[in-house]
Amino acid sequence: MDFLFVQVLTGLASGSALFLAAAGLTVIFGVTRVVNFSHGSLVMLGAFLGVTLLPMLPREPEWFAPMWFALGALGCAAAVGLAGAVLEMTLLRRIYAVPELFQLLATFGVVLMAQDAALWIWGANDIPLPRPRWMRGAVEIAGQRFPVFDLVLIGVGLLVLGLLWFMLRRTRLGVLIRAATENRVMAGALGINQRALFTGVFALGSALAGLAGVLMLPSGSANLHIDLTVIAEAFVVVVVGGMGSVPGAYVAALLIGVLQAVGIVFLPKITLVMVFLVMGLVLAVRPAGLFGTVVTESHAVAHAFVGPTPRAVLWLGGAALLLALLAPLLAGPYALTVLTEALVAVLFAASLHFMMGPGGMASFGHAAWFGIGAYAVGLAVKFLALPFPAPLLLAPLAAGVLAAVLGLLLVRLSGVYLAMLTLAFAQIVWAVCFQWVEITGGDNGILSLWPPLGAWGFYWLALAVCAGGAVGLRLVLRAPFGVALRATRDSELRAEAVGLDTRRLRLLAVTIAGAASGLSGAVFAYAKGSVFPGYAAIPHSVDALLMVLLGGIQTLSGPVVGAVAYTGLYDVLLQVTDSWRFVLGLVILGLVLAFPHGLAGAALRWWGRVPGTGA
Amino acid sequence: MTVTRRALLAGGAVLAMPAIVRAQGDAPIRIGEINSYTAIPSFTLPYRKGWELAVEQVNAAGGVLGRKLEVISRDDAGKPQDAVRIAGELLDEQKVDMLGGTFLSNIGLAVSDFALQRKRLFVGSEPLADALVWEKGHRYGYRLRPSTYMQAAMLVDEAAKLPAKRWVTVAPNYEYGQSAVKWFKALMAKARPDVSFVEEQWPALGKIDAGATVQALAAAKPEAIFNVTFGPDLTNFVRQGNTRGLFEGRGVVSLLTGEPEYLDPLGDECPAGWIVTGYPGEAVETPANKAFIAAYKAKFNEMPKMGSVVGHAIITSIVGGLKKSGSTDTEKMADGFAGAGFETPFGPAMFRAIDHQGTLGTFVGRTALKGGKGVMVDWRYADGAKYLPPDDEVRKMRPS
Repeated sequence: MDFLFVQVLTGLASGSALFLAAAGLTVIFGVTRVVNFSHGSLVMLGAFLGVTLLPMLPREPEWFAPMWFALGALGCAAAVGLAGAVLEMTLLRRIYAVPELFQLLATFGVVLMAQDAALWIWGANDIPLPRPRWMRGAVEIAGQRFPVFDLVLIGVGLLVLGLLWFMLRRTRLGVLIRAATENRVMAGALGINQRALFTGVFALGSALAGLAGVLMLPSGSANLHIDLTVIAEAFVVVVVGGMGSVPGAYVAALLIGVLQAVGIVFLPKITLVMVFLVMGLVLAVRPAGLFGTVVTESHAVAHAFVGPTPRAVLWLGGAALLLALLAPLLAGPYALTVLTEALVAVLFAASLHFMMGPGGMASFGHAAWFGIGAYAVGLAVKFLALPFPAPLLLAPLAAGVLAAVLGLLLVRLSGVYLAMLTLAFAQIVWAVCFQWVEITGGDNGILSLWPPLGAWGFYWLALAVCAGGAVGLRLVLRAPFGVALRATRDSELRAEAVGLDTRRLRLLAVTIAGAASGLSGAVFAYAKGSVFPGYAAIPHSVDALLMVLLGGIQTLSGPVVGAVAYTGLYDVLLQVTDSWRFVLGLVILGLVLAFPHGLAGAALRWWGRVPGTGA
Repeated sequence: MTVTRRALLAGGAVLAMPAIVRAQGDAPIRIGEINSYTAIPSFTLPYRKGWELAVEQVNAAGGVLGRKLEVISRDDAGKPQDAVRIAGELLDEQKVDMLGGTFLSNIGLAVSDFALQRKRLFVGSEPLADALVWEKGHRYGYRLRPSTYMQAAMLVDEAAKLPAKRWVTVAPNYEYGQSAVKWFKALMAKARPDVSFVEEQWPALGKIDAGATVQALAAAKPEAIFNVTFGPDLTNFVRQGNTRGLFEGRGVVSLLTGEPEYLDPLGDECPAGWIVTGYPGEAVETPANKAFIAAYKAKFNEMPKMGSVVGHAIITSIVGGLKKSGSTDTEKMADGFAGAGFETPFGPAMFRAIDHQGTLGTFVGRTALKGGKGVMVDWRYADGAKYLPPDDEVRKMRPS
């Protein structure tokens, strides 16, 4: 009993640390609706600043050392807050008007650049913060030694919660923030200076991130992996708590911290999925998180009318297809590999766009279906010894069936909550692939899946399957089903009023998107000759999002253009420079600022908005 | 119509031909090297310095087979699928004579499988997965570093001497952690049948919940601990363990912890008396190691790490293999590398003919605190050749 008590207390401490990392994220999201992917980078910045500056502080007198630490931590937090303000003013401010997660793309560019910048400034080694004596101390609780600093973390968590609560509930600034959280347009109409408010909120959220980074130091080191480690869990906390809700984030963080700490006592191997299991369960029961209220997102943006494909696009597409068909005659084997990957990416991105664009259901876990398709091939070859190309048919079937099952849960949700449920599912798929070593081979994957075709033969097969799949999706979107699907996106109420079964339509969309994504995964498995859990992991889901957003979500050609551009850029940069992350991030930022409607969207605008040019 | 098609085909054929038909005589021998430079920089950046130094030394001494060495190096972004594509680029575009490198086990296995598919040589440097030379071993695949099995076996030697009977394990929740624990348990059961394992913890790699993990281990009241965590997880684990008193009066056996990459960040909190594998650096006063450190310091003005040694040795091992093969023909190299000897900063080693595993060993010793930082003391060099299963067992594991 004593042991469990201390274990719970330990969970509260790590939960408090988690809350600090997530608090800033939820404040920022609440007001600005920006899904700030670079929040983890801000935490990392805080940690590196802390490890650089804190050791410079005086160590004498010893009783004052904790105060020096507190002052130093606040200083670092302020510095990170400033960095956040600069980020908001130079980048995000320019793209608020653009809908649909586009800011995610921009902040992802920042993540990439920050990774290389941190490597250049602080080097590759983990940098520990030397712990002064008070930080190493422990007190006796229930017969066990308990770190003093864990108590400090619990205290700081409560303090930050209290201060945020006070600010939001008892100050004029808080009233403004809450007003903007509830209805941004209305707040603007009432004369609230949104620019200053947004910058202020972003600075506040960033400062909290910086504080979280510094407070991580006593238990570990400043290292280059903090950003991505933090961001996924912080997002989960924000979503489980209800986006924009600070008390919600607090409860969610403590819940996750305690469940994690107690969970590993009984099921030591649950570490990989615990967090996402909690999120999946909470969202299945409470679709808007613990403390969230369902915000009906107004689709104020007029979506382009999708008319018949314009001639120019037909010609361009036809020419591209012809060129692709002849590619084996024109290009060497390596170029064919790259083209095959681009083709896979095209179908992968098109399938995400299918549910995200016309379906209005953004997914943060689209790689789940890709992974399922790839593993369907791997397992079919390994255990059923199915001959080529039978597994290629099995893969979309498997992915489609599982997508339909998850879809039953998904269609009850909307917006970011829906996206996060897909993320939770993808993480569970990933963990199954990763941990079920006897079946899936764990992270070492399943090898030797090479197709019995020559390089040309396989390339043409990939072309037929992927281009065919993408064109098929396009045709479906132009069919009455596609029109009805867009109707459910643009106005669910009206769609229902004219007799459309909106949930069934959306379920079908998820199923088709899942099957198509699975198919692309199957082709990829053969192209690489192997499958790995990474195919279903978060970074791969992010890749899909980047491609769709880069291409432009409001056009049907967007995902195709985005997929080719992104894979091309990535492949080339990886080959030519070790600093590919910085360059890729920079290019993404440039594209975001230059083409806020995506590449295809920009082309469309440049073409001129003739009615019926919805390419 | 026929004319256009024929013209097109002819044009295509010209374009598809290798751009340069290279004269074999004096052109450099090209090694295509792939590693996780951006994903695992703390190990791979010293590794790169290591092979840069080795290439410089080899070429200054006149190269090998009368030709210079050239390394074409690529980052794999930590993803096997990218590594496989890059391997294709290196073979088809860069026309390298062989592939080498990799850090993560899944990447090593993926590139090795690709090499088998293409029937080209692959010399893995760092991936520790046993499968690389055993279950998934093949004619064209070699591996330099001691595998998870070998490192576990080296530690069991020492661990078996501890009086402890109640053991617990803590390892990152992925293949490396799992096989390390599996081998340690199996070999301990043979060496010490009276030992029992009473608790295991599997923190997610990079996300250890250190306080809870330490507490859960302590609750099992163990007499000794086998640790496989490394990097930021290890720092976290050690700090919570120190504060909560987990290590007091208990033996700790810890994989890789003596490598400077992982020992240095522990700073003055490095626990004393842990039995570890690693690299004691300047304390190893063999001529080979002293010469290596001196040359490394002269070139880079810093102390080499474990990664630097592996980076240096991957080149010398390839040189050894090339000398014995006498050719860069893949089939000749696939035969010739087997049994080829080479020099490393740790002393002479070779690629075993039976499973293509390198016999490069590592150091086994105890941690101690010296001048506010962790060091290895009481160490000895464990020659990799002595820590492998009997030949008939190896043959059973390896596909013929």
